[in-house]
Amino acid sequence: MSARRIAGLLLRHLYLYRRSLTRMLEVAYWPVMDLLVWGFVSLYIAQVQAKLPVIIGFFLGAMIFWDIFYRAQQAIAISFLEDVWARNLINLFITPLSIGEFLTATMILGILKVLVTSLLLVVLALSLYHFNLFLLGLSLIPLVANLILTGWWVGILTTGLILRFGQGAESLAWALAFLLQPFSAVFYPLSVLPPSIRLVGWYLPTTHVFEGMRQVIAGGGLSLKHLAWATGLNALYLLAAMGIFQWAMAVARRLGLLLRVEG
Amino acid sequence: MEMDPVLRVTNLTKVFDGVRAVDGISFEVSKGEIVGVLGPNGAGKTTTIAMILGLLTPTAGTIQVLGMSMPRDRQRILARVNFSSPYVAMPYNLTVLENLFVFAHLYEVDTPIQKIRELLELFNLSGLAHQLTGRLSSGEATRLGLVKALLNDPEILFLDEPTASLDPDAAEHVRETLLHIQRERGTTLVYTSHNMQEVERLSHRIIFLHRGRIIAEGPPREVLQRFRQETLEQLFLEVARTR
Repeated sequence: MSARRIAGLLLRHLYLYRRSLTRMLEVAYWPVMDLLVWGFVSLYIAQVQAKLPVIIGFFLGAMIFWDIFYRAQQAIAISFLEDVWARNLINLFITPLSIGEFLTATMILGILKVLVTSLLLVVLALSLYHFNLFLLGLSLIPLVANLILTGWWVGILTTGLILRFGQGAESLAWALAFLLQPFSAVFYPLSVLPPSIRLVGWYLPTTHVFEGMRQVIAGGGLSLKHLAWATGLNALYLLAAMGIFQWAMAVARRLGLLLRVEG
Repeated sequence: MEMDPVLRVTNLTKVFDGVRAVDGISFEVSKGEIVGVLGPNGAGKTTTIAMILGLLTPTAGTIQVLGMSMPRDRQRILARVNFSSPYVAMPYNLTVLENLFVFAHLYEVDTPIQKIRELLELFNLSGLAHQLTGRLSSGEATRLGLVKALLNDPEILFLDEPTASLDPDAAEHVRETLLHIQRERGTTLVYTSHNMQEVERLSHRIIFLHRGRIIAEGPPREVLQRFRQETLEQLFLEVARTR
């Protein structure tokens, strides 16, 4: 594993963000729009049902947490697509860059994007809605770490599928994350879901993070059970996603997909 | 010229959906040699080079590069070779300098800025260092690809039609520069081209592929004598049209 090669690939993407207004907007614009919409919806609910002010915290916390997961996932999947679109994959894969270094660079990019986005959202939520995410205190750290881990494995899985099935599968970069949303109990508790779907939700790490977040906001403290489930599932799924990526790369090398995926 | 083989390909085969794109070819390339790989479209040139570079896994056969085995020693091999093709782009939304800086990191070049400046000067691209890569002409982009390919001082340089998109003057400059690098550093050049005059002029040896097999191999003059042709262009046409 070479830190210089990882830094090189990271630079390739940071240069891009520095120059591209569209890409910078992607880090700031959509999350801010989400925050505004959900924030005002939450305010409205609080006005009409004054007994439930804690719902504001649920919605805003869920929205910010969802965005952390989504940005971490997008960093990996979109970084790969950037190189597909730029017809740069062959150049990358004839350098000594290993798969581990390739994935590490995009995972670090994910952390950087999450830092920028979440900082922006936390400041806006505090100034507009007086919602202080940092009130979650130390509980915030393991929950956010788990969201980033989920973003990584979903991103790696997406990238592996694009590598295997070509540009026709590129919509997965946006779609796969949202496939998890209804089952992850993001904006409502798991108990709202029908029992059979609840079982699906239970095996998603995101469900445990969002359940844990609601518990903390409601003053119940950090649930170690949810944290353990989230971390265990993430570790398992991350290993599986890396295995799938390795398999996709081996198939790509066998079928010549690296030469064709650029179209 | 030393005669240590830096590249040894043995019984290399690649089958796609039952079609033998490369059919059991074997050849060696010595250190410092310039070898032209020729053949009509679909002859197996790109597939062969892709296998040597580890982009494709062979169906059968072995590849030894600089005494190491591909794909087992992929990373160590790729640190010491490079490739350039006008058909492989670099990110269009980064400047020339940014792109080269990224690749200098990927190849762990010790003094990247100095190396980049030297190479940009060598290929008359110094004035375009801060230009967006997407705004380069095709000739400039081809020369940028060559700069990228020389960043790690490769011991073997694989080139896919290195002068395809260049005007005659730029093409001549590139040929002279490649010859200069080969002489100065003993770099081995393995390249494909459809410019038969260029191949005849540059190559110490040619490997002529047709339908995945080697049909001729040797110094250009010897191959022409064997096939009773005056020029490689005539030989190429004869192979492409009649075999």
